[in-house]
Amino acid sequence: MKQFVSVEAKFDTDGNLLPLSIIWDDGRKFEIDRVTDVRYAASLKSGGRGLRYTCRIGNHLRYLYLDDNRWFIEKPE
Amino acid sequence: MNEYNKSINQAVNKNVNENTTSPETSKKENTASSPSSLQKGVYEKIGKDKRQRVILHSDCNSFYASVECLYNPDIRNKPVAVSGNPENRHGIILTKNEIAKRFGIKTGEPIWQAKNKCPELITVEPHFDLYKRFSKMTREIYSDYSDRIEGFGLDEAWIDVTDSEKFIGKGENIAREINKRVKQELGITVSIGVSFNKIFSKFGSDYKKPDAITVINKENYRDIVWNSPAQDLLYVGKATKKKMNSLGIYTIGEIANTPIETLRYYFGKWGYVLWAFANGYDTSPVARTDEQETVKSIGNSTTAPRDLNDFEDVKSVMTVLCDCVCRRLRANGFKAKTLQITIRDKFLMSFNRQMTFDTPTNITKQITENALSLFYRSYSWSAPIRSLGIALSDFSGDNTPYQISFFNDEKKKQKLEALDKTIDILKGRFGNYSLVTANLLKNPELSHFNPYDDHTVHPVGFF
Repeated sequence: MKQFVSVEAKFDTDGNLLPLSIIWDDGRKFEIDRVTDVRYAASLKSGGRGLRYTCRIGNHLRYLYLDDNRWFIEKPE
Repeated sequence: MNEYNKSINQAVNKNVNENTTSPETSKKENTASSPSSLQKGVYEKIGKDKRQRVILHSDCNSFYASVECLYNPDIRNKPVAVSGNPENRHGIILTKNEIAKRFGIKTGEPIWQAKNKCPELITVEPHFDLYKRFSKMTREIYSDYSDRIEGFGLDEAWIDVTDSEKFIGKGENIAREINKRVKQELGITVSIGVSFNKIFSKFGSDYKKPDAITVINKENYRDIVWNSPAQDLLYVGKATKKKMNSLGIYTIGEIANTPIETLRYYFGKWGYVLWAFANGYDTSPVARTDEQETVKSIGNSTTAPRDLNDFEDVKSVMTVLCDCVCRRLRANGFKAKTLQITIRDKFLMSFNRQMTFDTPTNITKQITENALSLFYRSYSWSAPIRSLGIALSDFSGDNTPYQISFFNDEKKKQKLEALDKTIDILKGRFGNYSLVTANLLKNPELSHFNPYDDHTVHPVGFF
């Protein structure tokens, strides 16, 4: 399932955009510890495509997508 | 097209001249008129000394349907077709996915007919903005491999990688990489043909589908291309196929081996072209990405949600179409001298009428009035009208000086031009419906459509 989320992000001096935390729709905030990979990718699971950030949040790896200025994640079923 | 004919013509003529003026007169003259010698000459002229090019043709499989299925995982494993809205009488199949294809559903057939073949068919409305975005994204991927990318519609493109081979690898490997990247990054599949000219590479991308790569080189084209039916060649449509079959030509190989005069006799200049296509002599270049194609005409047409029964109906639809076409004309910085209208009645009989203006114009009011008066003069209401179209051509730049006349009210013209400019700005800022002429309010069901922002997918030809 596709879940659009709010994201706090930072532009660095080179113009790169880096997500810092994901804010869930119930207000919970998850800090992103590290972004390990950035590439364009399709998400067959959630239906869509975009710039895919592979994020480490605690012990989990999560894909965060940016498409047409909206962020979304693959929500577990 | 012209270049084509020129090069082939030159080759043929030169060959004839050379032969007829040669010293061994009588013998040569006889052979000059014989097809085989003539053909040989053309072979030599066109085929010789050309550095072998490497051209890919990439075709997104079931493009609209694939994009829809990507965004909607629930329908991905069901038969899906993208179709127009039947309530507006645009209810035909635009594309279908692989599963729907297995039911024999064809592009262009009405929805009811498709549902007869497959009752569980899911039809979705098209999202052209999304398709345009995907088309742009595929081109961005191609542009990593060459600066020669020529689009053919939204979903197809030729990529000339002749010069990239040195740096990136063989054409086939580039094709494999593009295929993989499109799948991973965009979630859709492409079929790619790799060959030494544009026609065979397009043939290759159609040869195996979906998600496949076909290499057609000088060694194997006789096996692959020549054994295929004649209608698989670009520009052999239904009518040409029928005519070819009546001449006993059924395969592309048979086109290639038919004497060129025979084809010229039956098909005119197209005979040359098809013969050259079939033999792999297509030399047309893949356009550079930065080469802008010159616009020759701007037009819009629409099928009305119900049949148009009187002049008032026509006025509503025509006003919207003229407004859109004139806005596009001004946005491109043109004035037009020729106006053409297309009328199609409910029995699908259609015809065009055109007129020219004394001086080039881009004034909406003037163009609309002329389009309506042209319509008034050309149509006798033999049947209600199903669709209307308007096109402007014969362009000049909108700041090109022109001869003004004593008999025209130039001041009024200037005022109207200023008014149009203001309307364009307002519509650009606040949307198409922010400002409409009062007569459109009478007939909202006919006039509430927006050709300016919708359906701006332009058909293209090879030449």
